[in-house]
Amino acid sequence: MSATKARKKGEAATVAATESAAPAASDAALNRDLLYSMLMQRRFEERVAEMYAIGRIGGFCHLYIGQEAISTGFCAVLRPDDYMITTYRDHGQALARGMTPKAVMAELFGRQDGCARGKGGSMHMFDKQLGFLGGHGIVGGHIPIAAGVGFAIKYRGGDQVIVCFMGEAAVNNGAFHEALNMAALWKLPCIFVIENNRYGMGTAVERASAIHDIYKRGASYDMPRGVVDGQDVHAVRAAAAEAIERARKQSTPTLLEIRTYRFMGHSMSDAVSGTYRTKEELEQYLKRDPIALHRQRMEDAGEISEADVAAMDEEIKKIVQESIDFAEQSPELPLEALMEDILVETTS
Amino acid sequence: MAVITYRDALNMALREEMQRDDRVFLMGEEVAVYQGAYKVSKGLLQEFGEMRVVDTPITELGFAGVGVGAAMVGLRPIIEFMTWNFALLALDQVVNAAAKMLYMSGGQFPMPMVFRGPNGAALQLGAQHSQAWESWLAHIPGLKVVAPSTPYDAKGLLKAAIRDDNPVCFLEGEMLYNTKGEVPSDDYVIPLGKAEVKREGEHVTLVSHGKMVLVALQAAEAMAKEGVSCEVVDLRTIRPMDVETITASVNKTNRCVVVEEGWEVCGVGAQVVDYVQRHCFDSLDAPVLRVHQADAPMPYTKSLEKAAKPDLPKTIAAIKQVLYLD
Repeated sequence: MSATKARKKGEAATVAATESAAPAASDAALNRDLLYSMLMQRRFEERVAEMYAIGRIGGFCHLYIGQEAISTGFCAVLRPDDYMITTYRDHGQALARGMTPKAVMAELFGRQDGCARGKGGSMHMFDKQLGFLGGHGIVGGHIPIAAGVGFAIKYRGGDQVIVCFMGEAAVNNGAFHEALNMAALWKLPCIFVIENNRYGMGTAVERASAIHDIYKRGASYDMPRGVVDGQDVHAVRAAAAEAIERARKQSTPTLLEIRTYRFMGHSMSDAVSGTYRTKEELEQYLKRDPIALHRQRMEDAGEISEADVAAMDEEIKKIVQESIDFAEQSPELPLEALMEDILVETTS
Repeated sequence: MAVITYRDALNMALREEMQRDDRVFLMGEEVAVYQGAYKVSKGLLQEFGEMRVVDTPITELGFAGVGVGAAMVGLRPIIEFMTWNFALLALDQVVNAAAKMLYMSGGQFPMPMVFRGPNGAALQLGAQHSQAWESWLAHIPGLKVVAPSTPYDAKGLLKAAIRDDNPVCFLEGEMLYNTKGEVPSDDYVIPLGKAEVKREGEHVTLVSHGKMVLVALQAAEAMAKEGVSCEVVDLRTIRPMDVETITASVNKTNRCVVVEEGWEVCGVGAQVVDYVQRHCFDSLDAPVLRVHQADAPMPYTKSLEKAAKPDLPKTIAAIKQVLYLD
């Protein structure tokens, strides 16, 4: 579709922004921050996989590796008083939003210094101070909650926004449609971000959704919408900036489909390539690693040297190791905590 | 003291609490322009405006989730289900979100919200509109479950539910909306988690909640004519249940009948029986009996519906049985 061709009002703006977003890597300091954030998420989760393998982390554990440009691009634009809500694939987003590696690792270890005192675990990271409203474990369940946060912002007359991350498989769930309808109907400051990593567990998007261009679902609600290259952190950041601006200034929701790829299995319990995709496909996508692409761009622009990257990598690995040491030493909650946090005693 | 309907008592509670705290808002199907499917929200749109009295699309899962999100960031939503039958579509939000958010966030996110609407069977509404859901909801840690039986209780308990910082499921009786009683116009709350002895007696304890309290009171009146003195315990709150009041009564009367609208298996009465056998074992003079709906979906057929429902004759029969009067 050409840029000059008449489009529905919803599609025009975001697609244009996406097209113009790609280079624009003028700010070396910003680029460095983006690289640091993505690399932190990657190194952190590589060690998480290791800790899972030796039994330090239990339960379900879903890695974000390959998708780091999305959390990073959005968090680069969000204000501290904005809100985020996400799925069970939440470690990278928690780190990108500013949770410390120690708080996230201790949570993964189920220890009392974790961000939810160890009671949440991998799928339920929360941080009230950061407006991080949780990792949620029921596919689609958190999308209406995001609409509710948008409603509350509007109710109070604030200019914050909420970004709601979800996988592409969630769009086949009723909760998605119920939430998008209300957000559009009531003009709520919500940004619905579909991280299309191509697979809902082991089911390819083409086997689950009647529409393969997922962002077109937004048309049902006349919602501004667009598709973004999720391996390009600048493309994500530009699309995020535009959608967030629209929510903040015009209290209008946006639906963004961010195309990415899950480099690992659905969770720690399945093989990396699995029975549902070929090794060749995986290898093709691995060539577009968001960290490698961003780093290459910085190197080409002379913003960073190989030695700089190596030093950054070493620093990050050290911080991640410290988070593991911290988590190891943090105790589990005492048994009386079992019956705490069920109800509060207060009234208003 | 003014005599008003249960419906108007609820309306008074909503109005007073919305005047008291501007974080409180009401959301649901037909609550605003239509003035409420059962007119519980009559006049509220006019007084508080469309931001605080919000009509929703027919989207129970969606607007229950909107309530959850609003509560997470500091508002105090009242989510009205046109009936609790429709709330089944929203149970993921009630159970997986509202009830668990405080716990799985390690205490960071209290959920000050009320889910409310009519519960239980009315008349000939058929299988999908004639159900009592309290045992489902009361099963869940993290929720409070309340079922008022009188206009006085409806006002005081709803005000307490709205002020509570926990998620409260508030079950109104569709057949109670037109019942009348004395309701003070002043500001009072009835504490959640406390049962009330609605009638004192000596020979048998009748434990009930919501609409069936009226049946229990009628049964007590009828039995009094036969020289039997029944004590009627109105649970008021089903979760947390006031075990102390129940067991103190049964330890006094030595006999107990539980009267509820729901089905038998895993019902509220089963929980009452468990508490009674644990705490009153040595004082029981007869097995505890339960009066409940027949173990079948509700039929439309008038005579079958009557046969399915717990009622006065069934309650009297159970009382006589625990007293070995037959």
